[in-house]
Amino acid sequence: MNKVLMKGNEALAEGAILAGCRGFFGYPITPSSEIAEYMARKLPKIGGIFVQAESELAAINMVYGGASTGTRVMTASSGPGLSLKQEGISFISEAELPCLIVNISRGGPGLGGIQPSQGDYFQATRGGGHGDYHTMVLAPASTQEMMDFAILGYELADRYRIPVVIMAEGTLGNLMEPVIVRDEVTNFVEKPWAISGCQGRKPNIVNTLHLTAEELEGRNRHLFSKYEDIQMNEKRAETFMVEDADIVVVAFGLLARVIKRSVIDARKHGVKAGLIRPMTLWPFPDEHIKAVTDTCKVILSMEISMGQMIQDIRLAAEGRVPVEFYGRIGFLPNPEELTREILAVAERKGL
Amino acid sequence: MATVFKRPESLTDAKFHYCPGCTHGIIHRLVAECLDEMNIREKAVGICPVGCSVLAYEYFNCDMLEAAHGRAPAIATAIKRLKPDCFLFTYQGDGDLASIGMGEIVHASARGEKISVFFINNTLYGMTGGQMAPTTLLGQVATTCPYGRKVENEGYPVKMAELLAGNEGSAYISRVAVNSPANVVKAKKAIKKAFETQAKGLGFSMVEILSTCPTNWGLNPVDAMKWMEDNMIPYYPLGEFKVKEGK
Repeated sequence: MNKVLMKGNEALAEGAILAGCRGFFGYPITPSSEIAEYMARKLPKIGGIFVQAESELAAINMVYGGASTGTRVMTASSGPGLSLKQEGISFISEAELPCLIVNISRGGPGLGGIQPSQGDYFQATRGGGHGDYHTMVLAPASTQEMMDFAILGYELADRYRIPVVIMAEGTLGNLMEPVIVRDEVTNFVEKPWAISGCQGRKPNIVNTLHLTAEELEGRNRHLFSKYEDIQMNEKRAETFMVEDADIVVVAFGLLARVIKRSVIDARKHGVKAGLIRPMTLWPFPDEHIKAVTDTCKVILSMEISMGQMIQDIRLAAEGRVPVEFYGRIGFLPNPEELTREILAVAERKGL
Repeated sequence: MATVFKRPESLTDAKFHYCPGCTHGIIHRLVAECLDEMNIREKAVGICPVGCSVLAYEYFNCDMLEAAHGRAPAIATAIKRLKPDCFLFTYQGDGDLASIGMGEIVHASARGEKISVFFINNTLYGMTGGQMAPTTLLGQVATTCPYGRKVENEGYPVKMAELLAGNEGSAYISRVAVNSPANVVKAKKAIKKAFETQAKGLGFSMVEILSTCPTNWGLNPVDAMKWMEDNMIPYYPLGEFKVKEGK
């Protein structure tokens, strides 16, 4: 077992390489740049390609081209960069090309700041660009998961021919922790749709244009039947002390890890708290939420935003229990602050 | 009986949708003939633009990808880097390449990407109905410069061949026209030279091809050819602007 101390961004990059990523196309932006720098150092030494693109638009379109060859490729960016990439993500989604897109999140709107944020939740989980589509969205909570989700991300991307977004707060990208380095992935799926010259076969076409209404509707229905499969099979969440909890906190990412401490502390104060940590933000693990609505008295959404995931939680809870909210902007709150808030909600609700 | 003329293998048998008198058909054929003659159809990957030639993936009988507006050079960059044995070509109009895709084309050229770009300049946005392009000539009327393009309002038409020839990464840059049989022959030579430049790994290649748009110019096909000679060629001179010789 090879355990090494790594930064979150480096663990993610190394995970991608272990998963067979051989093309990185990116544009520098804080707090994601270590991923590009890591790839620039490593990829050329293992027969991979690194290109620093002239813009985020070019970077995501290089991913579009790279993915179309069947190669495992990726890009990494942050808030403003992800906004620019949305055109390409829409095309890649329609063309059903597997790839990895990383958002080491910072606060917005606008130039915002470079502090940690979860404010891109809506953008990531609602498609983000034009048209009806989804990407899969994974939310790691540790440096280990930064590596593991990169590997899982490629597996899911290839299985469903879908772009997979990994969204992590900037803090997680820069957090150093010991990581168990995983084995190199050796099983890859065939990609008969890839374009690389039509020798020995009919030409392949990668296209997103469908001019007749019938064809376009057919394409949309095809995508959504795939999304149904994903929703059926790929929802993931971690639950922590929810069985007897009166108050269930829902939070993702590094924030959720901090909240584990607060859940334990709240119980020391006599408040039975629990935690659900969505690991997939899309598909959203609504069954995990629904499962606690029979036993808990209140759900508390904690986010580093003004409240976005809370909408998915309310949809999942279907009005059976009240859903409260606590959010900060640009801060990863400490456990004491979060414990105080859990206790305050418990008191308001008479728990 | 000997066959003296046939459809190139690098074209499918789909019927072109282009307007009467439009020169896209000629240019498609020239590119396809070069792919055939160099025997590279099975290694070719073509990237289509957004514009009148958006459906080119239905016409070229090789692997094809339909790009977002202006982004073809970025897409071609990645495919060529990952699959260096492939022959990459982009087929782009003037709105696509010289306006929204200006960043992508300039940097693909600056990086010396080993791709071949065929840039079809007809001085306006054809597919969307004749709006002004960066290449619209001074005084020329378009739907978004209905009183004629004026320097004080719209500035000067962009000369892409001259612009890209200034980049070290550019190995072959030329401008041709398809207004006469003699010029069509020259255009084909230039297209072939672009592919040869790619084959030799010399760097970026682009052929700017002056083209007609009778529909949006409001001219019949014959007058459109004459308009190109009288107006476009004087502003967009034909010739080779950069030729990097191989070792």
